[in-house]
Amino acid sequence: MDNMQISELVSRAEQLAGQTGQSLSTISRKLLNDGKGLARLKDGGQLTLKTLESAVQKLTELEQVGQAAAPKALTHLDRLEAESIHIMREVVAQCQNPVMLYSVGKDSAVMLHLAIKAFYPSKPPFPLMHVDTTWKFREMIEFRDAMAKDLGMELITHSNPDGIAEGVGPFTHGSAVHTDIMKTQALKQALDMHKFDAAFGGARRDEEKSRAKERVFSFRNAQHRWDPKNQRPELWNIYNTNVAKGESMRVFPLSNWTELDIWQYIYKEQIPLPGLYLAARRPVVERDGTLIMVDDERMPLEEGEVPEERMVRFRTLGCYPLTGAVESEATTLPEVIQEMLLTTTSERQGRVIDSDHGASMEDKKAEGYF
Amino acid sequence: MAEQEYAYETDVRIAGDILGYLESHEQKSFLRFLTCGSVDDGKSTLIGRLLYDSKMIYEDQLASIESDSKKVGTQGEGLDLALLVDGLAAEREQGITIDVAYRFFSTEKRKFIVADTPGHEQYTRNMATGASTADVAIVLVDARHGVQVQTRRHSFIASLLGIRHVVLAVNKMDLLDFSQNRFNEIEEEYRSFAKDLGFSEITCIPMSALNGDNVTGRSDSSPWYKGQTLLEYLENVDVLSEKEGRPFRLPVQWVNRPNLDFRGFSGTVASGHVKPGEEIIVIPSGKRSRVKEIVTYDGNLDEAMPDQAITLVLEDEIDISRGDVICSTDGPAEQSDQFMTHILWMSEQEMFPGRQYLFKTGNKTVAGSITALKHTVNVNDLSEDAGKTLHLNEVGVCNISLIQPIAFDAYADNRKTGNFIIIDRLTNETVGVGMIDFSLRRADNVVWQDLEVGKAQRASQKHQKPAALWFTGLSGSGKSTIANLVEKKLYDMGRHTYILDGDNVRHGLNKDLGFTDADRVENIRRVSETAKLMLDAGLMVCVSFISPFRSERQIARSMMEDGEFIEVHVDTPLEVAEMRDVKGLYAKARAGEIKNFTGIDSPYEEPMNAEITINTVDMSAEQAAEKIVTWLAANGYLQEG
Repeated sequence: MDNMQISELVSRAEQLAGQTGQSLSTISRKLLNDGKGLARLKDGGQLTLKTLESAVQKLTELEQVGQAAAPKALTHLDRLEAESIHIMREVVAQCQNPVMLYSVGKDSAVMLHLAIKAFYPSKPPFPLMHVDTTWKFREMIEFRDAMAKDLGMELITHSNPDGIAEGVGPFTHGSAVHTDIMKTQALKQALDMHKFDAAFGGARRDEEKSRAKERVFSFRNAQHRWDPKNQRPELWNIYNTNVAKGESMRVFPLSNWTELDIWQYIYKEQIPLPGLYLAARRPVVERDGTLIMVDDERMPLEEGEVPEERMVRFRTLGCYPLTGAVESEATTLPEVIQEMLLTTTSERQGRVIDSDHGASMEDKKAEGYF
Repeated sequence: MAEQEYAYETDVRIAGDILGYLESHEQKSFLRFLTCGSVDDGKSTLIGRLLYDSKMIYEDQLASIESDSKKVGTQGEGLDLALLVDGLAAEREQGITIDVAYRFFSTEKRKFIVADTPGHEQYTRNMATGASTADVAIVLVDARHGVQVQTRRHSFIASLLGIRHVVLAVNKMDLLDFSQNRFNEIEEEYRSFAKDLGFSEITCIPMSALNGDNVTGRSDSSPWYKGQTLLEYLENVDVLSEKEGRPFRLPVQWVNRPNLDFRGFSGTVASGHVKPGEEIIVIPSGKRSRVKEIVTYDGNLDEAMPDQAITLVLEDEIDISRGDVICSTDGPAEQSDQFMTHILWMSEQEMFPGRQYLFKTGNKTVAGSITALKHTVNVNDLSEDAGKTLHLNEVGVCNISLIQPIAFDAYADNRKTGNFIIIDRLTNETVGVGMIDFSLRRADNVVWQDLEVGKAQRASQKHQKPAALWFTGLSGSGKSTIANLVEKKLYDMGRHTYILDGDNVRHGLNKDLGFTDADRVENIRRVSETAKLMLDAGLMVCVSFISPFRSERQIARSMMEDGEFIEVHVDTPLEVAEMRDVKGLYAKARAGEIKNFTGIDSPYEEPMNAEITINTVDMSAEQAAEKIVTWLAANGYLQEG
């Protein structure tokens, strides 16, 4: 096999990617019917002569199309990406002590990836912070630590010491008390302790009705309260970042992304995610119609309950006792997206927290829930 | 129905070829639009319809609005699509939309962001917020009522914020049997009204949002209508080409400096294109260089486009910081510190000409003030009125003056570099927004003369440190008495001093001013400027004014150098001051003969961090003056400068 020909193919494909604004994996799929094919070739991988010939022919066609077309317009994902980057840079340029709240979920993964892009070649000039309720999936914690280490970023973790001392947990205290003490109160403690004046969060406006009106820069008073009736007007891309001492901003760079945008971007950019998002055989019990994974021995089994192995995955990640699994055969990202597109149940339904009615999310937010 | 077939085909495609589906959706374009109209025009229903028909509603959300429809819906047993859209609890109860909500949906071709804004006059600011990022405005009218006052208002605000594409959605046509005559009448009236608003294109569509006619699918009820459905229009409208051909602008947001070998300028391209090798000019500094690299995480670019977030590396090491704008050398941005602008006021607290605010552009924050309100603009009929202040939701044509020049374009030429928000210095609230019409003069023609004899020279000639003792307190608190004693003591020590007070300022410099809040602000502004000139002359000046507003005193402080401004709070309780009533003013104010009297019908805001506080109940004027002079000595003001 002629290595010259392979390296020429790769470099031409990269050039095409630059010219047309398509990702290398998109082009790779067009040439080789495999999104990671070009990446493998770049790392010294091989292919048959016949495949190579057909790839070169397809590439030549694509190049001709590319030359004929006017400068490529930005796609909706390009625009969302640019907007998020603008927001992050604005915070870093204007705030004294920002932090990124990293929840280990898919939205956090996208947010972190965007931060890497926004400040490249610098590292993101702020730490990551994870509020650990101590009831997260074990796999989330492993993934979190590995990511921070790989990226060389500082990771702050905080658990509410009062809650731990009193043994607060979802089984003993119920989801409302657990969430308030181990999540909402813990977050406030951590923000106060480190005196952060801006905290990035991965919330999106399409998640829930009350969030549709949330600002990108959301002002919080010294008690971390959000006042929906007293939000700052937000025009163009000019953000008012001024706060007095003790006050802070929550900043949502993903405000305008939808769930589909998130998945599509993860796929396009090949962003690493915890394996919990993909279907696998996991031990679960069914309670009130929700599948709960038995992630550790703290899970009290009710009479007659026997954990059974089922093919399940998770649509959102949080505390394992409060996060419902869905039965699924989707073991790859495209399959997950496929299921998501064909599904008829919205994302937050897996969270036990918003099953109360009407304006409850608005009330929780007013109190400081993210 | 056509939409259901479409949805079904999409599902088959997703199920059959997910990779192909993902790829085609990666290439979607993007459109932000605004819907305006009151609840009665069916705006929320229209958006609900777009979301519903484009399959952006999940089954559980549907179940929840089905049950809500029965409880609070307006459609009897039918589905009230408006409930999908009206979000905050307060709104759902009142049945109106009070804020801006952003909605998302997409089709095969485009992703859409909808800014859903309320229609009433008291929510003009909310509509302007939604309009600021939109390229298309859908103005709803109820076919039965035609063009209304609010239709004109919505169109004016859209035009003011720079929207060039308008859809006049003539809704509820089903109630008029899709009468072509009625539709033509409305279209004609609207076009004649809107001809001066600067829209490049107006499209009128007859529809029924409730039933979906001409929204996503063509209606059988209006065979006479040959134009596009609303969704076809939204999928195809071209908002990009008019932005092409503009000169390159990169407002520098952040200087990227990971190590000594790399220095890049990060920002989002506001307009135009740029390629490596091209010459650029930095505004306001005027320095030139060439583009060496366009850096992104995904590799260096051969060309950067509008709205891309990039990092530029230049050939030469020139001084550039946040707030500068990197421009192409043919057609660089202008620079100035004095502008004529359109301002929309967004705060409950009225605007005061003369008060200092912060002005924040896309990448720079500068202090300045609104120097003149030329006239207000009635948002309903565009008529001009005289006015002294702007209230919430009012639009005015104003001159502004900044303490530093900024790079800018006229808003009509560039929506990213011709705008600003106005921030209150004390509350940090966003109190207004503005769009630049033009520069009032070339700022670079006015350069401060660099006198060889300066403040330091003048002060040292007098062997003293310049300082302003700012006495604030209620009328009759004893400010002038104490200030006079302090001046006498300083004079005896050989200091060069002056007193500014109501008696010597109100009769001359400020005799044109009354006692309204706006005039009080201007009064203090002039006094502050005068005090500043006296400091420049090297004097120690005692300023004795009620100066009731904290923000005005804060501005005076910020105009002077650190340590020059010494706030003296002459703290006398209102009852005591009123009892003394040396000039008989309180009696007159109580009798209603004097209006806007501080402490009676106009507020006094006590200092929070005064350098010196004098309690005149426990202390005589002589003791107070002694305390102040002792403080000056202890803090180094009386050493020979």
